[in-house]
Amino acid sequence: MRIRQHAYWISVAAATALAAPAMAADLTITCRCVEDGVNSEQAMWIKESVIPGFTEMKAEAGEEVNVTLTEFAGSDEQLTQQLALDFSTGAGPDVAGFDGFLIPSFVEGGLLKPLKELAGDAVTNWEGWDHISEGAVALMSYQGEPYGIALGTDVRMIFVRADILEEAGIDPESWQPGSWEELLETARTLKEKNPDSFPLQLNAGVPMGEATTMQGYWMALLGTGEEVTDEEGRWIVESQGILDTLNLYKTIYVDEKLGDQRAQLLGDGRNRTFANFRDGTTALLVEGDWFYRSVTAPDSEFAVENRDEVMTWAKMPAKEPGAGLRGQDFVTISGGTGFVLNPNTDEPELAWGLLAYMNSKEQLAAFQDFQPRIRIRDDVPIPDEPFLTETSQTLLPLTTARPNSAEYNAVSAEIQRMTEAVVSGELSPEEAMARYRDAVIGIVGEENTVSLL
Amino acid sequence: MRQFSLLSRTAGAAFMTPAGVLIGAFVIAPFFWVIYVSFTNRTLLGRTALNPEFVGLANYISLFDAGSFFTRGEFGFSLILTVQFVLFSALIGQAVLGMLLAWMLQSVPKSLKRLTEMVVIAAWILPEVVIAFAWFAFLDYDDGTLNMIMDALGLPRGDWLLSFPFWVIVVFNTWRGTAFSMMLFNSAFSSIPPSYFQAADVAGASSWQKFRDIGLPLIRGHVVTDLILITMWTFNVFTPFLLTAGGPSYRTEILPIYTYRVAFRDFEFGKGAAVGVIVMLINLVFALFYLWVARKRTAKVVA
Repeated sequence: MRIRQHAYWISVAAATALAAPAMAADLTITCRCVEDGVNSEQAMWIKESVIPGFTEMKAEAGEEVNVTLTEFAGSDEQLTQQLALDFSTGAGPDVAGFDGFLIPSFVEGGLLKPLKELAGDAVTNWEGWDHISEGAVALMSYQGEPYGIALGTDVRMIFVRADILEEAGIDPESWQPGSWEELLETARTLKEKNPDSFPLQLNAGVPMGEATTMQGYWMALLGTGEEVTDEEGRWIVESQGILDTLNLYKTIYVDEKLGDQRAQLLGDGRNRTFANFRDGTTALLVEGDWFYRSVTAPDSEFAVENRDEVMTWAKMPAKEPGAGLRGQDFVTISGGTGFVLNPNTDEPELAWGLLAYMNSKEQLAAFQDFQPRIRIRDDVPIPDEPFLTETSQTLLPLTTARPNSAEYNAVSAEIQRMTEAVVSGELSPEEAMARYRDAVIGIVGEENTVSLL
Repeated sequence: MRQFSLLSRTAGAAFMTPAGVLIGAFVIAPFFWVIYVSFTNRTLLGRTALNPEFVGLANYISLFDAGSFFTRGEFGFSLILTVQFVLFSALIGQAVLGMLLAWMLQSVPKSLKRLTEMVVIAAWILPEVVIAFAWFAFLDYDDGTLNMIMDALGLPRGDWLLSFPFWVIVVFNTWRGTAFSMMLFNSAFSSIPPSYFQAADVAGASSWQKFRDIGLPLIRGHVVTDLILITMWTFNVFTPFLLTAGGPSYRTEILPIYTYRVAFRDFEFGKGAAVGVIVMLINLVFALFYLWVARKRTAKVVA
């Protein structure tokens, strides 16, 4: 009996001793990044550089931390849906990949908290703020409060398959359309040369989500001199610019079949457009520089063979020279994605520690080995990539941004529906715009809208 | 007559309490909460998430707005689509095909009967995600099995999921759900005394005559039960979402998918709740009708 009791106490002591390491803090991080899948480089960077580095740093300080990366393989919209539901129920990862344009609607919905409120002085005193420009901080801010840190900004352009243009007798080096008509003319030439091809891709439809609004609708609309809101922030619900944009879609997808209509309607349509470009079915594709940095990067699923020779880029023209936003001849738009903190995280200081560590000079420099990019910190050297330096120098002076508004996300969904109705041939541009007007009035209230017709 | 009971009232109540609490917390309370939310403009994102306003019947009125009622992607379109979906895939597809199979199986060798049952039931019991994926692979435009068959037969390829999305989900749901009707009719036919059919055989009746004059009249009650049940299930089925996600352009957005989109993709909880309340009322009508029929049948048996 005695001995048995003895054994009992020993095992209790052993169990407590073993349990102590299990008290180590756990952190989870989620992004739309999958090894050998979408944003593979980002997943590799987090797994091979960020997590080992952070755990080691914390271990040296005597703190045991387990960091797990959840590689989210769904679409951007699905991740947004997941995070919105998670954050509203107190669940979800501690650090989450996030698109900056969603911040206002999440904040107004009580689903995000300012970094300072979560982690206090550690945020205010972070050395990194001195190395990030105001504009870059704004990418993940709302009403002057940062809610996360962006990985960087981006620009949009027409990606061009030089080999296909050459075959059709067009010199890709000097090719730069000056108007929509010139862009369509090139597409027509290519279509004539190969009737089975879909030479031009301008994103449309609901399945592509924000990629439709950003890479498609905005890129066309800016070329008419308009934005989604007017100077006073009122939402434009009727205008010649909207009609011109919708008619451009109609020309491309319905009237002349210059683009792949199916790719705009199918659930996995965006990947289809990437495959079309890789396979040479599409020669002109409007996308962000992400398309170069990640989608077509060597060894990825949509890698373009011999990329340096067959792939080039051109600026997106306005409808006519000088007709673009601010009287520009060419247009582009920028956004930014990065990481935010879960408002209900159990370990706010530690989660901020991880976010700050990811954005340390050392880690962002390490990221360059996985994916060269112009980093958000000014003390990380600009990589020796002519594409990145050329596009940013040419396009950043022309760029603009989406309204930093809580209603933008819902309006954007209506924009996607409007383009889908037109490219599927269901509604005429006039009818689609009328439906858009009614829907937007329902979202923001009639007093916040304006008709320019 | 004095009721004989195994337990005292207190003991009975004690046993009921845990289940009652659970049902109260997870069924009754959300039920009233949904009705309440349907009168507000509550959303998950944006300003109305934290400060929803009471909007009265505005959500319901917008659902029945005559101007947009029949537009694709709106409530009316979805409601009509669902009725068509039930009509074609459940009432015509599942019930008729199930009846046909059940009748034919009455007069085939046992081994063939078992094999057919196995195949049909396999379609019914396989996990939905697996089924949807298999159908997706079957219907794919570029590498789908169906288009390979069409090629081999020298027929034109079809862009099934884009050109005929509604008929795809109708065929899919028929294929998926026929097993239930078949099994129900099968056992109903088995309950008819074989002597009835033997007598008919002696009189030289054809299979159709036996079906019309003996089989169908004797299982009428089962047929009604079957029709009501599959109508309710099909009305609420979500699986087509896995195949088409409600698209392209809302052309397969039946009510359950519409509700899901409004509430959990557009995050309009208020409007989504209003749709939920209406769907609940429609289901209530189905259920009451079912109970009424069931009670009538029991009454007849007792009488």
